Amino acid sequence: MAFAPINKNYHDFFVVRDKDACINCQVCVRQCSYGVHFWDEARQCVRHDNTKCIGCHRCEALCPTQALLIQEKPSNFKANALWRPVFIKNIYKQADTGGVLLSGMGSPADIPVYWDNLLLDASQVTNPSIDPLREPMELRTFLGSKPTRLEFEETPEGPRVKTKLKPNIALNFPIMFSAMSFGSINFNLHIAMARAASELGTYYNTGEGGLHQSLYKYGKNTIVQVASGRFGVHRDYLNAGAAIEIKIGQGAKPGIGGHLPGEKINAKVSETRMVPIGSDAISPAPHHDIYSIEDLHQLIYALKEASEYKVPVSVKIAAVHNVAAIASGVVRAGADIVAIDGMRGGTGAAPAMIRDNVGIPIELALASVDQRLRDEGIRNNASIVAAGGTRCSADVVKAIALGADAVYIGTAALLAVGCTLCARCYTGKCPWGIATNDPYLAKRQNPDIAAKKMANLMKAWAHEIEEMLGGMGLNSIESLRGNRDKLRAVGLNQIELDTLGVKAAGR
Amino acid sequence: MKKIYPNKEVCIGCHLCEVACVTAHSKTKDHILAHNVEKAQEGLAPRRNVAQEGAVCVALSCRHCQEPMCVAACISGALTKNTETGRCEYNEEQCVGCWSCLMACPFGSIRRHPFKEKIVKCDMCAGRDTPACVEACPNAGLVFEDRGSD
Repeated sequence: MAFAPINKNYHDFFVVRDKDACINCQVCVRQCSYGVHFWDEARQCVRHDNTKCIGCHRCEALCPTQALLIQEKPSNFKANALWRPVFIKNIYKQADTGGVLLSGMGSPADIPVYWDNLLLDASQVTNPSIDPLREPMELRTFLGSKPTRLEFEETPEGPRVKTKLKPNIALNFPIMFSAMSFGSINFNLHIAMARAASELGTYYNTGEGGLHQSLYKYGKNTIVQVASGRFGVHRDYLNAGAAIEIKIGQGAKPGIGGHLPGEKINAKVSETRMVPIGSDAISPAPHHDIYSIEDLHQLIYALKEASEYKVPVSVKIAAVHNVAAIASGVVRAGADIVAIDGMRGGTGAAPAMIRDNVGIPIELALASVDQRLRDEGIRNNASIVAAGGTRCSADVVKAIALGADAVYIGTAALLAVGCTLCARCYTGKCPWGIATNDPYLAKRQNPDIAAKKMANLMKAWAHEIEEMLGGMGLNSIESLRGNRDKLRAVGLNQIELDTLGVKAAGR
Repeated sequence: MKKIYPNKEVCIGCHLCEVACVTAHSKTKDHILAHNVEKAQEGLAPRRNVAQEGAVCVALSCRHCQEPMCVAACISGALTKNTETGRCEYNEEQCVGCWSCLMACPFGSIRRHPFKEKIVKCDMCAGRDTPACVEACPNAGLVFEDRGSD
């Protein structure tokens, strides 16, 4: 191709434009933030440059005459089981740029999805199933430390609980919106998550970018996060939410920090993060004050002191090889909630090599953590929240049966507002107005519509969870928690079955 | 009465309202024929126009004023205020193309027909339950609602 580097032609997508249907309205031109579509003055019609297409499907979705089709470029390299096209193209890219390969969202790598190998039970004949439309069904979930035993005392008004209970947060559904910082996603979606969580009676997590003053009113349904960069952390912030979360790691990029590029730091982000406008916001890989479980203990208690022991403190860790031992340490350090983020969890930006090769799937991590805490007799000291790759309500049910108290959804919430997983969040040019702070693009997320969609998704899942519970003859989510007898596995080896603590189907 | 209200906070400048407007006022009511055939032959033009400067955009059109200046200025009686529906109605037959209304409209919402000595103005999609532009807006940047008198 003349005037262009050779590798430009190894692009991933191409645009098919039905010329009979195209009305040259230029909606595609205005919607594409990557400059694929353009008005050709010489030919007086809309044309496109395939090399720029990243496959977000925004143009296809908004084309009024369905004239557009975005396809994967069918051109193939010679088949090679080792050198798959993704590796070949990556090498071309890196040979051109000398840079680290960046990516966004969760890993698309072909790693077993254990949810798909797990099947749920249902009642037949010997135990009755329950119809959730006619009988009460309890999805209410409490997160936080539970006492080992309860003591009661007699009072003139009747028996009273004598044991001092630790602070818990109450969720109407065992699902929360995962930590996505203001900055990585824009303000419109933060308002939307806050409103949806408030309407539903569940929680959203601020992520590591602080909480804008105008969102303090949703504090009752907010979990405020403290990460290694300590962005936006101050006394009022710590007391603004219903729980505090210390972020140690993220499933998409265990062991490394974060980098919000300066271009995404506008006035509002700057004010919230407490960093100058336009400066890069870099979260260090470790917390520089945490080099041991004892140090973590100090931070947990520093935060509990700062919030006067009124709110539970959560610690979020990435699912890595020794996750069970680490979680045990975290609980012993005083965490009231342990959030485990599996390797398929999303991100606004991560080196592709880390995202696709570091960590372990959440299903295995969750099962081993739950088992370890039970074996050690400390499971009641903390709730477990599973994150990273929850795609549907059945995944939620399976996670709870494997031992989770609740799940975090991040990617699913973004999909609800239009995300198509093009995985270019790190460019800040998200055509769906999600992972961008460009005011022209961010407007594409109308907070009213986004809040409604997020709430709808959660309600739909809650209905489905009720149906699945009822089918199993359970009328409360509590009865499913850690109840692995409600799960059977297909196509797994004995070690996987043992780790998951699940019997093979038929057994 | 219900009116169309634009919201610049969520208008994304896609111009789908204009596309829908043209189709709704075409003979065929077909996107492709309206834009690829009728536009050139009949001079079909959108009654709504998206104004944009930088990141700010908003879809503007006739506000169907309580006391419309265009009606007051009209010399031929082509523009009338329907007090029942609240619409500022336009009768093309009567229009003589004097452009008085264009000068009078403080919002610049009336335009010249591309080649006839007539004007082009929003009729709030008479005959439709919801105006086409409102229905086509993907982001609720246009809403059709009753906000009392304004």
